[in-house]
Amino acid sequence: MHDFLVIDHVSKSFGSLRAVDDVSLSVSQGEAFSLLGPSGCGKTTLLRMLAGFERPDSGRILLGGQDLTALPPEQRPVNTVFQNYALFPHLNVWENIAFGLRMSRRPREEVRSGVDSMLELVRLSEHARKRPSQLSGGQRQRVAIARALVNRPQVLLLDEPLAALDLKLRQHMLLELNAIHEQVGTTFVYVTHDQGEAMSLSDRIAVMNAGKVEQIDAPEALYESPRSSFVATFIGDANFFTGTAVELQHEGYVRVMIEGLGSPLVISNGAVSSNQTLRLMVRPEKISLTLKRPPSGERVNAFPGVVEDIAYFGPHTRYRIRAGEHRVMAQLQRSRFSGGVVEPARGTEVWMSFHPDEGRVVMLEGGA
Amino acid sequence: MISRSPSSKQWLLTLPSLAWLGVFFVIPAILIVVTAFRPADLHGGVGAGWTMENIEALRDPAWLPIVWRTVALSAATTLVCLALALPMAFHMARVGPRLRQILLLLVVIPFLSNFLIRIFAWKSLLHPEGPLTKLLISLRLAPEDALLLNNMGAVLLVMIYTQLPFAILPLYAAAEKFDFSLLDAARDLGAGPWRSFSKVFVPGVRRGLISAAVMVFVCSLGQYVIPQMVGGASDEMIGSKIAQRVFADRNLPQASALAAALMLAVLVPMFVVAAWQRFGRKEAAS
Repeated sequence: MHDFLVIDHVSKSFGSLRAVDDVSLSVSQGEAFSLLGPSGCGKTTLLRMLAGFERPDSGRILLGGQDLTALPPEQRPVNTVFQNYALFPHLNVWENIAFGLRMSRRPREEVRSGVDSMLELVRLSEHARKRPSQLSGGQRQRVAIARALVNRPQVLLLDEPLAALDLKLRQHMLLELNAIHEQVGTTFVYVTHDQGEAMSLSDRIAVMNAGKVEQIDAPEALYESPRSSFVATFIGDANFFTGTAVELQHEGYVRVMIEGLGSPLVISNGAVSSNQTLRLMVRPEKISLTLKRPPSGERVNAFPGVVEDIAYFGPHTRYRIRAGEHRVMAQLQRSRFSGGVVEPARGTEVWMSFHPDEGRVVMLEGGA
Repeated sequence: MISRSPSSKQWLLTLPSLAWLGVFFVIPAILIVVTAFRPADLHGGVGAGWTMENIEALRDPAWLPIVWRTVALSAATTLVCLALALPMAFHMARVGPRLRQILLLLVVIPFLSNFLIRIFAWKSLLHPEGPLTKLLISLRLAPEDALLLNNMGAVLLVMIYTQLPFAILPLYAAAEKFDFSLLDAARDLGAGPWRSFSKVFVPGVRRGLISAAVMVFVCSLGQYVIPQMVGGASDEMIGSKIAQRVFADRNLPQASALAAALMLAVLVPMFVVAAWQRFGRKEAAS
């Protein structure tokens, strides 16, 4: 399936630091793929190895069956949109975009038509004679994309493409990047530390942490069923509880006894044995708050608590609920509080509840 | 560089240096030009009255080979210095701060010993009985009767040696400000290491390159100690002739005419370069 760009057991160390630690993943042709993780997780090193600026210590990088590992950057059918754009200041927009075609000694006619059509794609035709220093951040970014895409790379690498832009422009460029991807159909590999960016730009995301890939999945799957607590916290917010498996149920559910809270039923997410210590995760927006105990039944997990703190975020409100030793975050759309118009004040006794499908066991990491 | 018109108070700050330049550069320069139109007196001084004699003397075709040699030697010195200084500056800007300090120190260290002493050192290095000649002969890189001293090659070698720091320093200053991620971009777009260097790094340090070229070329044009000490009888430069007029012939007006001509020959290209740079800056800002 995903066998266009293949990263095969790649490792890279700088001194004693294992920046990229035995990473394997593959990307299919035309896919928009993101490497997501906090700074220092190895995503940029991985990108630089794809571009050819770093040589892996071990492992291979294959593109369409061809081994790229030993090729220098200038010989790879891969182009990069750099984080600071790295536009050549001594060349104007047109010459910047023409650089790659000129380096591969294309005929003059081909250079002209190639550059002109790229200028049209990124809607910069009227700025062709300007220097990069005369452009706005968003325009520079579009030049950088055009300069890379004009070479018809098999893979376009984008290093934090939106990080240098302000919020409004970022939202606009997000849509633009998706439109360009759709139009050219090239495989895009993004590197970003911004989960929102990764979610809205990519078909699939590889979440990286400390040089390793934690999980590769579609954005929805990463959010709805994170396999580790790192992924759960890095993508969105999450409540975590540690407890003991007390009752294994059919169809992949497990009842977990949480000291001081109760025994919710959650998705077991893989093989779980009785009496095993588990970590489980519930997203704040999956928790409902009610003044009365919800009608009891198999399919609802409900626990009493006291509202300790309230924070308004415009479209939604966050509540911190105290239940014994536990602090639980709940996030409600303002209209969803089932008590009606009145929202619970600090100190109100409430019931928090969630459906078994909304809670899940995540991998228990050593000590984390 | 953003050009802003300084306020009247900021102008005051430049007064001391303007005064210095005026007293010690502009006035003497005018005096030289004036002296060029004076007759020489018998005691080696400047006579009264005015004459075109010294200027007429410049038209003597005997000057041509000397002018040609001066320009050729200076141009060659400039080219070689730039060719050596470019990669040096490139690497100095890329190495870590410690090694960079050491390299900078190495570039500047020759200035700690006297210029004349350094030329004398070259004289003994290049001497037929000197270590360099002997080494080259023993390695069979030079014939038994090789003469490294008292020829144009020796003049060029020592000129390059003296001028190299003046090429490295402005180029290093420019290279230090160069954004080296541009080289990654060039490689990414299909330029090999050499073309990344020539198409992106060299234009990127253009300003430093021009300063270095002007610096080395101008300083080379006026040399007279080097051709006199390591060159042969036929390796004289204009500077040598000016020195002869002053010290041997004691003909100050003739020396002044030569010096004024040399000065003009230096200033005119410099103004052209300055105007060109200014124009380039305006173009970039528009």
